[in-house]
Amino acid sequence: MADLKKQIIEQLNLKDVKPEDIGDDQPLFVEGLGLDSIDALELIVLLQQEYKIKLANAEEGQSVFRSVRTMAQYITEHQPKTV
Amino acid sequence: MNFPVFIAGTGVISAIGNNVQQHLHALENGTAGMDNMTYLDSVHKHRLPVAEVKMSNEELAGLAGLPAYISRTALLSSIAAKEALEQSGINDIRQWRTGFISANTVGGMDKTENFFIDFLKDSRKGRLRNVVHHECGAATEITADHLGIKHYVSTISTACSSSANAIFLGARLIKQDILDVVVAGGTDALTKFTLNGFNTLMILDQQYCQPFDENRRGLNLGEGAGYIVMVSEKIALSLKQGPVCTLSGYCNANDAYHQTASSPDGTGSFLAMKGALEKSGLQPGDIDYINLHGTGTQNNDIAEGTAIKLLFKDRYPKMSSTKSFTGHTLGASGGIEAVFSVLSIQHGLVYPNLRFETPMKELPFTPETVFSKGQPINHVLSNSFGFGGNCSSLLFSKT
Amino acid sequence: MLLSITSYCVIADHSVILNGEKWHSAESTLSAPDFLTALYKRSGAEYPKFYKMDQLAQLGFMAAELVLQGRNVSEEYGASAAGIVFCNSNASLDADLRYFESVKNIPSPAQFVYTLPNIVIGEISIRHRLKGENAFFVQESFDPSFLEFYVADLFKRERLKVCVCGWVEYLEGKYKAVIYLVESKPGNRYLQFDIKNIHQIYETANGEING
Repeated sequence: MADLKKQIIEQLNLKDVKPEDIGDDQPLFVEGLGLDSIDALELIVLLQQEYKIKLANAEEGQSVFRSVRTMAQYITEHQPKTV
Repeated sequence: MNFPVFIAGTGVISAIGNNVQQHLHALENGTAGMDNMTYLDSVHKHRLPVAEVKMSNEELAGLAGLPAYISRTALLSSIAAKEALEQSGINDIRQWRTGFISANTVGGMDKTENFFIDFLKDSRKGRLRNVVHHECGAATEITADHLGIKHYVSTISTACSSSANAIFLGARLIKQDILDVVVAGGTDALTKFTLNGFNTLMILDQQYCQPFDENRRGLNLGEGAGYIVMVSEKIALSLKQGPVCTLSGYCNANDAYHQTASSPDGTGSFLAMKGALEKSGLQPGDIDYINLHGTGTQNNDIAEGTAIKLLFKDRYPKMSSTKSFTGHTLGASGGIEAVFSVLSIQHGLVYPNLRFETPMKELPFTPETVFSKGQPINHVLSNSFGFGGNCSSLLFSKT
Repeated sequence: MLLSITSYCVIADHSVILNGEKWHSAESTLSAPDFLTALYKRSGAEYPKFYKMDQLAQLGFMAAELVLQGRNVSEEYGASAAGIVFCNSNASLDADLRYFESVKNIPSPAQFVYTLPNIVIGEISIRHRLKGENAFFVQESFDPSFLEFYVADLFKRERLKVCVCGWVEYLEGKYKAVIYLVESKPGNRYLQFDIKNIHQIYETANGEING
C-alpha cells in the first residue's frame, strides 16, 4: 500500500502530500484528500498504466477509489495473472 | 448609445445537412446525424458514434470554392458563413462597416495531427503547408478573406460557449455603432485530439446520446459551423425581406466551481439565463422555448436542469436539446443553436429532443419529444456552457 | 466613467514586478516551471491544486494572486460583478503539445483539461469566487486599445465592477504575464486605465515572447 500511495501522489501531482499523510482508510475524495472528478480519471489511468487493469466506466471508480485500502484490494483481485 | 440588434440571415452546416433548408428538413423528420465514423480515422472507430458532416475535405472544398489543403474547420466555417451572408439579402458588404467574429476550439488540429504522424518518424517528412493553419485565428482569417470582410475580424476561444460569446461580442459592436453588419458564430471539425480527450474524461456515449434523460450516458461529438448575420436598425430597415428577429438579451457568467464539471446547482447557468432575461427586460414567463445546452452528460444536464427549475419556478417553457440531432459540436454549438433559435421564431418551430424516454427524477419538467410548427414563438433562450465554467445565454425575440 | 488600475503585475524574464516594484527575481538558470513553483511558495498561497495546473494556468493564477493580494473583491463588489478578460497569441498550445505527447501512451485526462485557453480563467474564478463575465481573446499581438475598449465597455454596461485583465502567455518555457486589476476608483492614488498606461506597463516586461 505504501507503493500505491507514492504512485497516487505522483500521478496526481500532490506535491505537498507525503505517503505517510494518507491513511489506509482515509476517504480519498471530497472530505478526505479532497480529490475531484479529474483525479478519479487519472487514477483510472494509473490502474491501466501500472497494473494493466481497465475500468469500464467512471461510476465503478466510486467504490474502487474510496480509500487506498479499497484500491489495493481491487488491484489484488483484478490484476492479470502473469508468471 | 444603445441600438437594437437585428438578425438578417442564418447559415449552418452539420451532420444533418449542408444548409438551412436541409436542416429544417432533418429537424422536421427527426433524422439524427450520428453514425459510425467515416471521415475521421481513429482507433475508436467502431466503438464511439460521432456526428460527422457527411462530406470529405475534397467535397467540402468544392462546395466552399477553396483549396482542399486548408483545415476542415475553415472549410466548414466558409460554407456556413457564406450562406448566412447570402441569405441576409445584403448586396454589397463593402458599403458597410462589416465584421466577422468566429469562434472555434480546435483550429487546424485535424491537419496538424496527421502531419505529426509522418513528421515524428522522419523530420523531413510531412508537408508544412498542413500546419500553417494550426492556430484558432487562421480559420477565421481564411473565411474573412473568402467573404471579403476586412473591417473587423476576431476569434474567440472559450470552449463550448465560444460561438455564443462571438455572437454577443458582435451584438455589442453594433449596439455601440462601431459596426453596421456582423457575421458571428463558430466552427469546429472533429479531430482525434478532441475525441481522445473527451474519451479520457469518460463522458462519451457509446450509443446515441439521450440528453435530459434519467438514463443518459454522455455526449456524442459532432462537427459543423453556424453563423447569424446581425445588422443595425438602419440596415434592417433597408432590407427587402426585413429582419427575422432581434437579439434582445445575452449574458455571460462564470460557474467558478471546477475546470470541467458544472456546479451541482448550476450557478453559472442560472446567472447566465437570469442575466439575459434582465438585459432584455423580459420575465421568465415570457420565454416560449429554450434550446438547451443539453449535452447528455450526467453533470451538465442536472446542473442546467436545476438552474432552470430555480429560475422558471413552476411555469416551464418548451425545451429541447438539438444536440440529439447534431451531436456536441463544441466551438460551433452556440452558433448552430443560435441558427436553430432564429429559425424557431421565424417558422414557429419547436424541435424534438430525440430518444428521450425517462424523465430525470430530480426535475419536474421534461423536454419536447415531437416536432411542431406554426407555434406562437416570440422569445427563445439559447444556452451554451463551456469548460472553464464559462456560461452564456442568448435571447432572441420576434420583431 | 473613470477607471483605475488599482494594482498590476508583470511576470517575465525570471522576475516579477508588482505595482512597479520588483517583488521577486530568480536566477536565469531556473526553468520556467520551477520559477513558477518558487513564486507559488514565496506567495504563501495554500492551494495545492496549483501543482495540478498546467503552466499557463499557473502563470495566470500567480499574477492574479498578486494583484488580488489582501483583497476579497467578490465580497466587496458581489461575485457576479467580478470578471476576467485575458488574451494571448498562442492560446493553450503549450498544453496541447503536452497532451499530444501523453496520447502516445495513455491520454491524460488531467492534461486534456488544460487544452483550452480559458481554463486559466476558470482556475482564477474558482480561487477568488469571481462569477461575472469572462472572455479569452486570441490575438496576433497585445492590443492595448482593444483591451481598454472591451473592459471599459463591460463597466459602462454595468456588467462588471471589478475586472482582472491582461495578457497571459506560456509556450515551451517562455512566458509573459501582464495583468491589471481594474476598478472604478477615480483619484490620483491610482493609474488611470487608459491605452497609454496599459501600453507602458506592458512595455516594462521585456520577456522573450514577442507580443
